[in-house]
Amino acid sequence: MTTAVRAKGSQKTGIDWFLTVLRVGLLSIVVFGLFAFVWQQIDNQNPLASWLNPDATGLTADQFKGLVVTGLSQGAMYGLIALGYSMVYGVLGFINFAHGEVFMLGAFSGFITSTKLDQAGWWEDYFLASVFFSVVVAILVSTMAAVVMEKVAYRPLRGSPRLIPLITSIGVSFFIQNAVIVLFGPGAKSYPRLPDWLTDRYSIVTFEIEGTKIMVLVVASLSMAGLWYFVERTKTGKAMRAVAEDREIAALMGIDVNRTIVTTFAVGGAMAGVAGILWGLLFKSVIATTGFLPGIKAFTAAVVGGVGNLGGAMAGGVSLGSAEALAPLMLLEPLGIDGVSQLRDAVAFTLLILVLLIKPTGLFGEKLSGDDRA
Amino acid sequence: MSMATHVDDVLEEIEEVARGAFDLNWQRVLRFGNLLGLALVFIALSGMPVSLDKREVIDGIISLGYLAMLVFPPILGWTVGKEVVLEGMTATKRGARDVVAGFMVGALGGVWVSILVLLVDNYNLRDPLVNWSPELLSLLSFSESVGFGVVAWILLCGVFGAAGAALHLLTPKLRRAVISMILTVVGVSIFQSLIDDLVGGIGESIADPGRLSEFFGEADTPRPRVDSVFDGVIDFIYAQRGGLTIAGAIVLALIAGGLSLSGRGRIAKAKASYNAKTGPERTKQTAIMIAVATVLLIVLPFFTGRITQELLANVGIFLLLALGLNIVVGLAGILDLGYVAFFAVGSYSIAVLTVENPPESWPDWLPTLDGQFGWLLALLITVVLAGLVGLFIGAPVIRMRGDYLAIVTLGFGEIIRILFLSDALGGYFNAAQGITQIPGADFGPLGVAHGTNPRSIFYLVLAFAAISIYVSWRLERSRLGRAWMAVREDESVAEAMGINTVNVKLMAFVVGAVLASFSGAIVSAKVGSVFPTSFLILVSIIILVVVIVGGMGNILGVLAGSFVLIGVLGGPRQPGLLAEFSEYKLLIYGALLIWMMLQRPEGLIPNVRRSRELHQDEFLQDAWLKGEVDTEEDDETSATEVAPA
Repeated sequence: MTTAVRAKGSQKTGIDWFLTVLRVGLLSIVVFGLFAFVWQQIDNQNPLASWLNPDATGLTADQFKGLVVTGLSQGAMYGLIALGYSMVYGVLGFINFAHGEVFMLGAFSGFITSTKLDQAGWWEDYFLASVFFSVVVAILVSTMAAVVMEKVAYRPLRGSPRLIPLITSIGVSFFIQNAVIVLFGPGAKSYPRLPDWLTDRYSIVTFEIEGTKIMVLVVASLSMAGLWYFVERTKTGKAMRAVAEDREIAALMGIDVNRTIVTTFAVGGAMAGVAGILWGLLFKSVIATTGFLPGIKAFTAAVVGGVGNLGGAMAGGVSLGSAEALAPLMLLEPLGIDGVSQLRDAVAFTLLILVLLIKPTGLFGEKLSGDDRA
Repeated sequence: MSMATHVDDVLEEIEEVARGAFDLNWQRVLRFGNLLGLALVFIALSGMPVSLDKREVIDGIISLGYLAMLVFPPILGWTVGKEVVLEGMTATKRGARDVVAGFMVGALGGVWVSILVLLVDNYNLRDPLVNWSPELLSLLSFSESVGFGVVAWILLCGVFGAAGAALHLLTPKLRRAVISMILTVVGVSIFQSLIDDLVGGIGESIADPGRLSEFFGEADTPRPRVDSVFDGVIDFIYAQRGGLTIAGAIVLALIAGGLSLSGRGRIAKAKASYNAKTGPERTKQTAIMIAVATVLLIVLPFFTGRITQELLANVGIFLLLALGLNIVVGLAGILDLGYVAFFAVGSYSIAVLTVENPPESWPDWLPTLDGQFGWLLALLITVVLAGLVGLFIGAPVIRMRGDYLAIVTLGFGEIIRILFLSDALGGYFNAAQGITQIPGADFGPLGVAHGTNPRSIFYLVLAFAAISIYVSWRLERSRLGRAWMAVREDESVAEAMGINTVNVKLMAFVVGAVLASFSGAIVSAKVGSVFPTSFLILVSIIILVVVIVGGMGNILGVLAGSFVLIGVLGGPRQPGLLAEFSEYKLLIYGALLIWMMLQRPEGLIPNVRRSRELHQDEFLQDAWLKGEVDTEEDDETSATEVAPA
């Protein structure tokens, strides 16, 4: 942050006061809404609730648990996408805006493979094998897309002013989105039907969870564990961390920087591919613009957790997903705002602004290469 | 010298050329050939050729659909022979080698298309690929047999590739002539509706001058068609069912080639003489040029039909937006991806202020609105509101890193759209139903500018565009403008020089917001309704492409960008001249953005200072080669950042 340039304790200007007011205002909405919600849960007819929102009914325990599970599973997918943003930002110091499209390509290739398998009759008969195959295809396609992207669009721009690769990645994102529209048509594509045992609800420690959501959580945790092992325990992972720490010194130590950067993109792409197919299986449909919002939100998740910090990305994703699911009903509904569920996306963006205003390095701290460190 | 030895010499030379002709850089040829093949297959499968086939470029010879594919072999054939001549090295001699390389690249690309033809013939992949259709097959096989198509594509692409490569063999002057011939023919064909409208209108007015006076009468009565004096010319150039006639194309090409050969020097000379002038003389010439352009634009609607006026009005609306974004991105170097927010605020606030029946549940504590504000007063309030929103959005983001700022502004853009769409503010803005029946811009005695009368909107846009251009131009040369550029180049240094960077950047946000709100206000008056769906992030990105392709930080560049992109391809919802392209325009915008960033980040008409910043390394290298810079002293870290971390 450029605030570092300013001397500590220098004169407060108008903008500082404004920012303070904004911080306090946003935080007090959070605190006040939460307070109103809790009071409402205890006593539905309390004076505060009837003043703000006389129709408020509060949430039942089941509704609350449902929201938590939805938030967690959604957040796990954000986290998986966020890993790609985070790793690339850690190594190259730029936001790969097109990473959301990598995720979308994963979801899309998953759709194509699964419908083809369904037409052949294998989806129902050999469900697990089919899903496994679709996941492999999705990972391959996403990885390829990320690697090609790096090679064609970003490598020639390495070392140019910071905003240039960002603008290029906006172009890449726009291009991929529209290429998918012209190649495969603009309509929404539906995944084939899932078997009943996967869509049924299961009761786990008083939580009623749909099978698909369990699957999302399990697969996301496994992928995260795999990634953790890869980054922390293998030689390639060590090289990645070294390049993220300091590219030039890493090169002097004999690390092939280009190859490591490609690996970073590939690994990020693979994670996005996994997230893509999970998204498809959970929401059962995919469209060319699927990648945009989850992409931006995953970036938000990466910032919330601290850019360059892998555990932080996952934690940021989960917190963002939960905040998005819970905040409209827990914070905004008690304040008497209409149609709160429409504001889900606005909540996500407001969280991004809030985190950047209050703790710009994210909840768990940034891990960036020397040049980018604030 | 005897005849025999002479023949021997010639034969030897031919042999040498032939031997050299296949001495290619095969790896490069393979790479470009495969790239071409991929591009061609992608375009074929995108459905572009089939849907553009209806539009002829030259009647009976080539349609826009085929052109969309055949434009690539020459370009890649040319590129494969291009080489960077480094300091101290000499360029290789051009010869048959280049043409052969071009042919190989083209043919290899053609092989990909041929394989596609065979695949489409034998398999059905229409399920995921929507354009895998019999029409595609018949187009790709030129409505002949599949075998014919297979052979034809390889040869055709090869020949086109060779033709592109052959440009290397021409002298620069001839090459320019050939290129301008091709561009003229394609351009005149693409601009058919515009030229038809304009030339026809002028011709009609000459044939029947009385109709000019009717211009001031009732705005909307369609005038009867009169035989234009130029009907003969138009009929000669354009074929009945669209596209150029063959004879017309030949004549146009000859004229363009002749003009290019004879006139090239003159334009350069005029430009040089203009640049050489200084002081009042230059100001005088600039003033004359501006006056001529203004008069031309003012009289233009006398001669043109609705379509041209509508088109120009759309161009103007996006020009206003682009000028505003140019100040934010081009001058101050702040990448604002949520620029559409200000456009939305402008549209909505003027709509709410001027509409006669306010939204259903307009809250009691606000004064009732029943359109008692005049349009100008409403515009004033709108501008103030937009400025305030600019401050509000700008203040929290101003100290963020440049790339974080981009994403956060994008978030703000989405938040504002979501709020307009939501029930939470539905009482004010009618949520998804939007606000309809917005009256036009009322200027009292001058009349009302409303969308039903495109001419009035054209003048409204023209007036605001003139104001905005003037404001941008003055600002660029003001103290504030110089402060913006200083901040863009190096924020820390700017701060050290005593610039209050925070205030300066906030001002950029505010000015940008005000210009965008002009555009929003005009759109409300033009369309008569606003809906939240008109303010997608897409709009921000298209404006960004316009600014970047035109040339960041250069008003002329922004003008050129808006005319070329919005005029030809069209805006997010507005059709351009190539209405057939509407399905593909976003794809083309994306591709253009990538290509510009990789090849020419300073834009088509660059701002000199900006382009120096972007090519700092190259300038330093040049200076180093000339021995001007002591390498020990250059500080490479501080200079390479647009926005310092």
